[in-house]
Amino acid sequence: MAVVFQKTKGLTDKETHYCPGCTHGIIHRLVAEVLEELDILGETIGVAPVGCSVLAYDYFNCDMQEAAHGRAPAVATGIKRSLPDKIVFTYQGDGDLASIGAGEIVHVAHRAEKITTIFVNNAIYGMTGGQMAPTTLIGQKATTAPLGRDSSTTGFPLKISEMLATIQGAVFVERVTVHNPAAIRKAKKAIKRAFEVQIAGQGFGIVEVLSTCPTNWGMTPIKALGWLEDNMIPYYPLGNLRTPEEAK
Amino acid sequence: MAKVLMKGNEAIGAAAIKAGCKHFFGYPITPQNEVPEYMSKELPKVGGVFVQAESEVAAINMVYGAAGSGVRVMTSSSSPGIALKQEGISYIAGAELPAVIVNIVRGGPGLGSIQPAQSDYNQSTRGGGDGDYKLLVYAPANVQEMVDLLQEAFDKADYYRNPVMVVGDGMIGQMMEPVEFKERPHVDLPAKDWAAVGTKGLRKPNVINSLFLQPEDLEEHNIRLTAKYQKMKDNEQRYEAYNMENAEIICVAYGTTARIVKNAIETLKEEGINVGLIRPITLWPFPEKAFEVLPETAKAFISVEMSMGQMIDDVKIVSNGRLPVDFYGRSGGMIPTPEGIIGKIREMIGGAK
Repeated sequence: MAVVFQKTKGLTDKETHYCPGCTHGIIHRLVAEVLEELDILGETIGVAPVGCSVLAYDYFNCDMQEAAHGRAPAVATGIKRSLPDKIVFTYQGDGDLASIGAGEIVHVAHRAEKITTIFVNNAIYGMTGGQMAPTTLIGQKATTAPLGRDSSTTGFPLKISEMLATIQGAVFVERVTVHNPAAIRKAKKAIKRAFEVQIAGQGFGIVEVLSTCPTNWGMTPIKALGWLEDNMIPYYPLGNLRTPEEAK
Repeated sequence: MAKVLMKGNEAIGAAAIKAGCKHFFGYPITPQNEVPEYMSKELPKVGGVFVQAESEVAAINMVYGAAGSGVRVMTSSSSPGIALKQEGISYIAGAELPAVIVNIVRGGPGLGSIQPAQSDYNQSTRGGGDGDYKLLVYAPANVQEMVDLLQEAFDKADYYRNPVMVVGDGMIGQMMEPVEFKERPHVDLPAKDWAAVGTKGLRKPNVINSLFLQPEDLEEHNIRLTAKYQKMKDNEQRYEAYNMENAEIICVAYGTTARIVKNAIETLKEEGINVGLIRPITLWPFPEKAFEVLPETAKAFISVEMSMGQMIDDVKIVSNGRLPVDFYGRSGGMIPTPEGIIGKIREMIGGAK
């Protein structure tokens, strides 16, 4: 009998701890499939963050290193500079990357480190129970913004990809989403392109993936997908912000 | 090999490269800037990597990443910068990675000063990071000893899979002394088969990690780490005993301060006053063995430090009530003088009679 579908070799058999409806699982799979398709699983070292995806090192079927909160780009720098022929990626959420790790992500781009970052933006701190993130939308409720994010006291949601696209060393910057099958296919293309940019030694690449958090948004998984489409995409527009060709 | 005249900070860089360290991640801070400057100039010549990080925090996390890749790696900083690195050092210890950290100590607290001090004793030996971890901590007293211990630090880090700290006060970093790079004995070290370097599809993934969510697992990890630290306590204590025979007062001092104490001892000797010195070369493990057998003439200890009194706690612990423990110290970049130490010892002798 012909095999029509099988699980990617890029993931281990470990059952994930992610909540039902959370899109981390999809994003993990996309990254893992790309690593398998590019035939670089055995040449890759991934860096896991602190946050919901802290246990990513149990799920990706390649060598992994667990970083302190926000420091994944610095850890990845240490790895890539020691193993320049290997493929190094970080997998980070928005609390990790856009808040405590804002400095590290700017400077990994500033140094044009040849690594790839998968940035999962679900506009909230998931692991710690739904606190406000720099990416939380205006009016969006969080446990530390119980009446909804108020710009007069907390400012405005940070557009990380737009910010990084101003840095010369960030040669591939794209924002994607995974809220429907067509979007998932586009997301995978962007992730693949980001790794290809690294393989070609062209500079730093990042893919921002808009993601849902049904648990902390207080929604059913289906409603969360709709909320992402209706609220996140208008503020965080999808698309490529930078390619190596433009960066030249 | 012939002796060469070198500034302490540059000798640190030269010794690290000699020990096979080809990866350095640092951030500028006085009074250690000559270390990264030297590394930025010399490492590329030997195919090495120098990265000036955006912060001390990033630098130590780059060290963590590089150490996870199995290379010999070092960072250097000075007191407030080391304070920033403490979190990363805890992760390196927790993940059991080898790395060498140099602290050229300046006065604190806070921004403090840029002058020599020894006020990071507690930061070095108690750990500013979270959790039950220990570093092997060397405290050389001159540039030659710095060069020797720094090279050895890499072997010890690899052997124990633990971060090793080398502490020099600002004086050791800044002064010039003749040094010799001696041929070092070959040390058999275990293969770094734990490193995350890519599986090549030939083995299960290696994971560099300090997270253990199951309480049983973390306790087991801590018990294993503690057994390793005990092994260090058993095997790595190092000290110099000086003029201990018939000593009435025993000074305990390390680094540059120990050299000043020796001057004071020689002056007092001429007056017929016998003063001894125990100079810890390892701050952790503290050289308890040096205190096991004391001359019967000994009446008191005095901890002499370039701080307001930090090592004194360890002297009290090892004295364990056998003898009184006094203190003399200068801080803020003020260097203890032989006269100051002599005055304090005369006061003690007077009181002891």
